[in-house]
Amino acid sequence: MVRKTFETEIQQVKDDVLILGSMVEKALLDSVEALKKRDIKAAEKIFLEDREINKKRFEIENHLMILIATQQPMAHDLRLLASTMEIISELERMGDYAKGISNINIRMGDAPLLKPLIDVPRMAQKGADMLHRSLTAFVNEDVETSKRLPVEDDEVDALYNQIYRELMTFIIADPKVIERANWLLWVAHNLERFADRVTNICERTIFIATGEMAEIKSTDDEFWKQQKQEK
Amino acid sequence: MQSENNTQYAIETRNLSIYYGKFEAVKDVELKIEKQKITAIIGPSGCGKSTLLRAFNRMNDFVVTSHVKGEILMHGTNLYSKEIDPVEVRRRIGMVFQKPNPFPKSIYENIAWGARINGFRGNMDDLVEESLRGAALWDEVKDKLKESAYALSGGQQQRLCIARTIAIQPEIILMDEPASALDPISTLRIEELMQELKKNYTIIIVTHNMQQAARVSDYTAMMMLYEETRSGTVIEYDDTKKIFTNPKDKRTEDYVTGRFG
Repeated sequence: MVRKTFETEIQQVKDDVLILGSMVEKALLDSVEALKKRDIKAAEKIFLEDREINKKRFEIENHLMILIATQQPMAHDLRLLASTMEIISELERMGDYAKGISNINIRMGDAPLLKPLIDVPRMAQKGADMLHRSLTAFVNEDVETSKRLPVEDDEVDALYNQIYRELMTFIIADPKVIERANWLLWVAHNLERFADRVTNICERTIFIATGEMAEIKSTDDEFWKQQKQEK
Repeated sequence: MQSENNTQYAIETRNLSIYYGKFEAVKDVELKIEKQKITAIIGPSGCGKSTLLRAFNRMNDFVVTSHVKGEILMHGTNLYSKEIDPVEVRRRIGMVFQKPNPFPKSIYENIAWGARINGFRGNMDDLVEESLRGAALWDEVKDKLKESAYALSGGQQQRLCIARTIAIQPEIILMDEPASALDPISTLRIEELMQELKKNYTIIIVTHNMQQAARVSDYTAMMMLYEETRSGTVIEYDDTKKIFTNPKDKRTEDYVTGRFG
């Protein structure tokens, strides 16, 4: 027997998660593009559009709540609905990072960029790509991809590390650029956190598929250890 | 049954098969029921849940053609050994049925009667009060103990049947769909009562209501039919939390998620 009504509802939820994900992905890429071009109008638009992301998240949350109340999900269904609740909350926060980057862009006013952006768009591209694949893996309950993706977070961390060092050399050379360097560091930090949250999505997908709740080892700890040692 | 060697389990089945004539209704059940816990038996209609439950206190003996193979052990003694008196088994293992079945007597007599024929010599008033309190019914009936049990609501009648069962101080209480004929409030009362009862008794409950099994039980046994032979068996037995969040067997998953059949 197939629970046709329920299955249709679940498919609807998954589709909505993909829509939410694509909104977040677009917001992130647009926010960095706007920064690159120093386009404040575009930044303001992204800042306001974050409300749409939040709205979509609440809409999905409400749908999930109704399904839990009316369908009494068990086992795999229960894991799926509960984990989707977590995933949409991750997505909403990831949208906030795009909003944060736009906010920095707005606050920079007419100050020029400290340096042309090269690694920052790379980080954004990588993060957006990871998000995209993590959600495809979520929809297909693809455990293999979900286990592999968090490893790629190392590339994002490496870029962050590189940006950090580069900005430090700027500051050391001329302390007057501290504020402009800091702005870019915040941007990079937002992008680093963005990619981290992809790992959380992957953990949930693995849980949905296998019922095993395991934290995927973060390489961030290594990163901070390294920073400390270099001092 | 005299040997009181304390095993870890309230009851244990070994290679248990139950027959009606030549038909093997339940096949090869290996279950270890934990003491002072609630164990739920779930599964689709006709998979042998009630047959298995009735085997625990030899209720199936009333069906002439029925017989069992294998063992049901209580304190290490097989309940189906020749020297065991089925009446004694039913005293130690009480049963509550789907439809409340009080005797056509007063509330008081419903409890006193069973105790009396079981040779109770203590203070009957105390026993009646204690049992009614134990079944969370005392406050509702203390002023009308002489009235007919039939004057009570369905939920009250069911609690009276539970009071009647605990009056003879069994070790195990079997419940066969104890709340399926009751409204939601009475159902919740029975479920709450079960949590109280498990402090002193081991409870085994058969239920069609999966949410009820998930709510009340500590362990769950999932039963299913073998397609070829139409015999029922236990396919998965685990912590209730496990059965309803991450069962091992695909058929259990299909059943608890409502995709069975």
